[in-house]
Amino acid sequence: MNRPVDRRQFLRFTGLSLGAGALISVGPALAGSAAVPVRNWLRRRNGEEVSPFSFVQLSDTHVGFQGPPNPTGTKAFERAIDVVNALDPQPDLILFTGDLTHESETPGEHAKRMELFKSIAGRLRVKKVMRVPGEHDAALDGGVLYREHFGDTRYSFDHRGVHFVALDNVSTGTPAVGAEQLAWLQKDLARYPHTAPIVVFTHRPLFDLRPDWEWFTRDGDEVMNALAPYENVTVLYGHIHRHDVHESEHAKHYASRSLIFGFPDPSGNGDKKPMPFDKEKPFRNLGLQRLSERSGQGRRAQLGVDDVELTIREYSGTEGVQQILKSGVTL
Amino acid sequence: MKRVSVAATIALVVGAIAAASISAQEPGAAPAIVAVSAKRFEFTPNQITIKRGEAVTIRATTEDREHGLFQKDLKIGLDIVPGKTAEVTITPDKAGRFVAICDHFCGSGHGNMKLVILVE
Repeated sequence: MNRPVDRRQFLRFTGLSLGAGALISVGPALAGSAAVPVRNWLRRRNGEEVSPFSFVQLSDTHVGFQGPPNPTGTKAFERAIDVVNALDPQPDLILFTGDLTHESETPGEHAKRMELFKSIAGRLRVKKVMRVPGEHDAALDGGVLYREHFGDTRYSFDHRGVHFVALDNVSTGTPAVGAEQLAWLQKDLARYPHTAPIVVFTHRPLFDLRPDWEWFTRDGDEVMNALAPYENVTVLYGHIHRHDVHESEHAKHYASRSLIFGFPDPSGNGDKKPMPFDKEKPFRNLGLQRLSERSGQGRRAQLGVDDVELTIREYSGTEGVQQILKSGVTL
Repeated sequence: MKRVSVAATIALVVGAIAAASISAQEPGAAPAIVAVSAKRFEFTPNQITIKRGEAVTIRATTEDREHGLFQKDLKIGLDIVPGKTAEVTITPDKAGRFVAICDHFCGSGHGNMKLVILVE
C-alpha cells in the first residue's frame, strides 16, 4: 500500500504538543555544513552517525482478550497495522512494548495467541519489528513460551546512530529488572560514549507512576541510575494503556496507548478499571505513538513524539460496531 | 526486610473474617502481629485497621503459589513463597487508606488482589 495516509480519515492526533515538553534531543543537528564536524565526531565516537528516521511504538495488543471493555478483539490492532502500513514514508522499525498477548492457562491456548499475534504483526510492511514482553505474555511461566516464539526478552541493537535497549521488567513474575539484567545493562552501556542517543523500550514504567496500580518497577531507580551518565535518553513503555509523558532528571518517558482498552487518569482517586467500551467510538482511547526526527535549529536535532488515537469514521455508531463484530469484515 | 522476634500481643487468625483491627498498644510493647493469607486472587483478611505510630508486624503466607504484598508508602515489599512465612514490621507515621497489592503476577484476576490498610 503506497498511498499516503489520510489522517483526517484514519487518525486523530490528540494531546500532541510540539513544544519543548514533547520534544527530546537525540543528537547533533543533521543538516547544515556547520554540523558536519559534530557529525564526524559522533561517527568516530559511536561508529555510526545519527541520521533522520522515524519509528512506531505499538503496545498492549492483548491478543486473545475477550471481555466487555473491548468486544472487537483484535480489530484495533489490525486497524493500527493498516494505519502504519499507510504511512509515507514508512517507518524504519516497529517497537512493541509488551502484552502482545493475553494469558491463558488452558493448555496450548497461549501458544495459539502468540501465533495469532505473529500472524497479524506479519502484515506490517516494515519488517524490522522488535518487542519486549509484558506480564501477560511472560510472567506466569518465567518467559519460557515467549522466548520460544519471540526470542530473547532483553537485548540491544543500534540503528542509524541510536542505541536501542530492550529491557524485560516482567518475566521474573515481579515488576523488576533484576540484578543480573541490571549488570548486563551496565556492561552494554559501557560500550557507548555518554553522548550516544539511547532509546530504552520496556513494558512497565521505570518510575513510580502509580505504585498501588502496579504502575512502577521495583528497581526502576537502579536502571535510571545506570542511564544517568548518558545525555540523550528516551524511555518508551506501555502497560498503563494511555498516553503519558514524564520527565525525570536524566530522561524523558513516553507511554503509548493500548490497542485493546484504556485505563483512567492515574491522578484521580478512582480504581484502576478499564474504560468502558463506547459503541459510538469503538476505538476511543486506543492508539499508538509515532516518533520521528524533527528539524532542529542549531547543533541539536530533536525527536518528536506523536500520540495517535485511532478512529474509524466509516464504522462509527452502533451500526458500525455491528459491522466490526461481523466476522470477515475488513476495516 | 526487618525480622522481629516477638511475643504476639494480638494474632488475627485467618478464617472467615474479612476485616480486622488492632487494639491500642501498650507503650514499649512488642509489635502486634497481623496474619495475612494469600491465594489467587485475594488476601484474607482483605482489610485491616492499624494505629498511627504503633508498630505492627504483617506475617504473610500463601495457600497456593507465589504472591507479593507491596505498599510503597508503608514500605511493605514482601515476596510470599509457598511453605515459608514472610513478614515485615511497620510503624505508620500518617493516617489514611493505603492499598497494598500483589505484585507477583498470578493470572487473570491478579489486578484485583488487594489488601486495604486503614491507618487511624
